[in-house]
Amino acid sequence: MISLLENSVFFGSLLSLFAFMIGEFLKKKTGKAFMNPLLISIILVIIVLKVLKIEYQSYNDGAKYISYLLTPSTVALSIPLYKQFELLKKNTAAILSGILSGAFTSFITVLVLSVLFRFSHKEYVTFLPKSITTAIGMGISEELGGFVPITVAVIIITGIFGNVISGVVFKLFRINEPVAKGVSLGTASHAIGTAKAMELGEVEGAMSSLSIVICGIFTVFGVMLFEKIY
Amino acid sequence: MAYIRQFCIILAFSFVGEILHFFIPLPIPASIYGIILLFAALQSGLVKLHQVEKTGQFLIDIMPVMFIPAAVGLIEVWSDMKGSLVQFVTVMAVSTVAVMGVSGRITQFFIRKRRNDI
Repeated sequence: MISLLENSVFFGSLLSLFAFMIGEFLKKKTGKAFMNPLLISIILVIIVLKVLKIEYQSYNDGAKYISYLLTPSTVALSIPLYKQFELLKKNTAAILSGILSGAFTSFITVLVLSVLFRFSHKEYVTFLPKSITTAIGMGISEELGGFVPITVAVIIITGIFGNVISGVVFKLFRINEPVAKGVSLGTASHAIGTAKAMELGEVEGAMSSLSIVICGIFTVFGVMLFEKIY
Repeated sequence: MAYIRQFCIILAFSFVGEILHFFIPLPIPASIYGIILLFAALQSGLVKLHQVEKTGQFLIDIMPVMFIPAAVGLIEVWSDMKGSLVQFVTVMAVSTVAVMGVSGRITQFFIRKRRNDI
């Protein structure tokens, strides 16, 4: 029975989608912000794999087909961006200052905490690209000599954490403007944050999409400087 | 037919992004080139909104699910992270909240300043 699941092409995708639906259901039913469908589905899938003793590899052999659509989906983010371009143009200076200050904050906090925790240089550069989209972050970590699998893990956790915590942060910092919310989510939590921004609205989604691009590119160049500091 | 053509256009931009990623020696992924190029094509009128909108919206809708497999993959590096978990989580959490707060507040500050100036 288990080997049937392990060899199935559709089991991994089915499990992932079904777990996400349970997450959506729980969120609707309870109305609680921490009932985050993405977080719930990840936990559910891990539990199912552990209980049935299915290897991650055999799960992923099927589930990888959903991730395969990630590049076209990211490309499609240019659609909301295009639709909201007028709003973007009106607020260019505000948006760019928000993204750049956010990227800079990411470097500074990682630097300060690395010093505090006495991280090695290798650990420090592993964390430097934590706020940006996985593909760029991986490339940076590799180039700077970080632990690439840990960078990927940290980027994903950062995304999920930002996705889950954003409501609290917006309340705490009194961030109410849709444009500001979008910039905040995209700059701090890349595409996983953008998925949340899309739920909030098209303006948030568009600004978040833009932030992935700008913050990612800015980080490529920013790390060259910050890499030398510690 | 509409969906096939729309998906074809989006895949074409993903493919061109891949080619650029291959030739340009920067750690910038295909998707980022793809966003920029499709945006430019929409702006210039080369691609019309209705030619990509439906399929694009569908892809964006199902996007959160695409992160599940990679996130579940965390169990594979768990043993490497366990040792310094507290430090790792602290850096991640503090930094993420700070980035969200700062980028959001700064953006909001300039938006409101501009609004009051007019």
